[in-house]
Amino acid sequence: MYEKNGEKYFVVDSHMHFWKAGPDNWVPGAEQYAKGWIECFHAYMSLAPKETHWPIEKFMSYTEDDLMKDVFEDGYVDVAIFQPTYLKEWYTEGFNTTEQNANLGEKHPGMFVLNTRFDPRDGDAGIEELKANVERYGSRGVKLYTAEWNAGSRGYKLTDPAAYRYLEKAQEFGIKNIHVHKGPTIWPLDKDAFDVSDVDHAATDFPELNFIVEHVGLPRIEDFCFMATQEPNVYAGLSVVIGGLMHARPRFFAKVMGELLFWVGEDKMTFGSDYGIWEPKWQIEGLVDWDFPEGDEFADYPRLGVEGKKKILGLNAAKLYDLKVPDELQLKEAEPAAQDDAKLVTQ
Amino acid sequence: MTAVAGEKSRVLTALDAVRDPELDEPITTLGFVSTCVVSAAGDVVVRLRLPTYFCAPNFAFLMVADAYDVVAALPGVRGVDVALVDHFAADQINAGVAARAGFAASFTGEAAGELDELRRTFVTKAMLAGTDQVCRPLRAAGADPARLATMTLGDVPASAELERLLRRRAELGLRTDPSAPLLVDPGTGSPITGAEATRHLGLARVTRTGIEANTGICRGMLRHRYAEAGVGEEE
Repeated sequence: MYEKNGEKYFVVDSHMHFWKAGPDNWVPGAEQYAKGWIECFHAYMSLAPKETHWPIEKFMSYTEDDLMKDVFEDGYVDVAIFQPTYLKEWYTEGFNTTEQNANLGEKHPGMFVLNTRFDPRDGDAGIEELKANVERYGSRGVKLYTAEWNAGSRGYKLTDPAAYRYLEKAQEFGIKNIHVHKGPTIWPLDKDAFDVSDVDHAATDFPELNFIVEHVGLPRIEDFCFMATQEPNVYAGLSVVIGGLMHARPRFFAKVMGELLFWVGEDKMTFGSDYGIWEPKWQIEGLVDWDFPEGDEFADYPRLGVEGKKKILGLNAAKLYDLKVPDELQLKEAEPAAQDDAKLVTQ
Repeated sequence: MTAVAGEKSRVLTALDAVRDPELDEPITTLGFVSTCVVSAAGDVVVRLRLPTYFCAPNFAFLMVADAYDVVAALPGVRGVDVALVDHFAADQINAGVAARAGFAASFTGEAAGELDELRRTFVTKAMLAGTDQVCRPLRAAGADPARLATMTLGDVPASAELERLLRRRAELGLRTDPSAPLLVDPGTGSPITGAEATRHLGLARVTRTGIEANTGICRGMLRHRYAEAGVGEEE
């Protein structure tokens, strides 16, 4: 919980990790990819305020204690949602797996949501594994990294028949939330791997599932915004937007927030720190204090008030995951009555 | 200025014409040129670098191939050695470009075709972003979307932004003459009329925001990755 100026914010970090990326976990023969990946992540950390930067050694192998302190003690987070990314072609034990996350989560009941993942190229065995993970860890969400390398393949699309089969199964097993992360490699390489039109199709064909597009489709926010206006079950995951832009490029941050508020709206935006890339503390403090800078270029955009910030920082994600929010941290309930009034008037 | 230094600036000027297709900016000003050396005999060595080890291989290929082409086209150049460094697909890209093999042959089994369509997609985005750059001052001066939909290119005061928009329209095969409509559909070239204008301008604005935000992140990542500024880099 974060409190500022008498307002209390229930905080759900809907996108965070506990990874193992040190040399002891690099697959022999694939060291350059494992190293390249974690160095790339570390470069993202450079976009945060300087006093929150870590040396690469810590960044590769931060500890359980680091995480508990950064996310919960110092970071105001009430509930954190693990988003596993396996990358087993590069990391022997996986980059961060459902099991590893659960090892930590099970020590701290109620503080973590254990999402799992699937890869549609894993066939029947992958479906069995998904089922087992849902049963064992109670997962209600999956993280999909479409650019993951898998046995010679450089990625997949959500519209692949195999992906649809997995989505059907996931829904049957009780999964509600699909977190999609686009990456730079996908077959065929001559197409734009960041294109989100496959999410658009899947969201239409699976109306009962929610699709949270992580990093708001960056670097394709225009395609994402355009899709999200048309699909009621598509959400904007703000990881990278806040971490990567709010401090380093505040005017671009304001424009991106403006576009998201304009096209997607504050009811469908969710905070995620992307820890360990960025610590949540400065992101939460900064967002609560944030407002548009002066200037005509921001005049078109809807404003973001305290209620909107409460939704983005936690209440929206709490709804997606049926998390219990203490009464004092809920929004004040005046809206339903007003809506009924509006209905009477229009009828 | 020595003869060789003059040659180097000639090569750099040629490289200014090579753009990052996603960011729509020259690879020189973005800081992507780490080395540019010209020998007295006319042998050119260019090294390109990118913000991350995993930048998308298709865009990387386009930049390396374009850089190779503009250098090779310079009169008096004897040998051309253009290569990408510090990238997961550098070997494939460099070998493919040096052999002038095309993208699909450089990534056998991983690509279904060449990159023309991809390039067109991003010129389309650049054209939309350019529309926002040109229209924003007009709106600030009082022109509403309906008014903009009635304007022609000739109605717009000259500016660097307008020049850039005209170049992107030309690349897409769209009209650039003074009597051509200011607002056109980038795919069909049809004029945007009346009620469509607000939505079209919104799309132009978000496209520009996307490209600018992306550029901001890329610049930050490049700066973290390399202490030294690129040859011809500008913020």
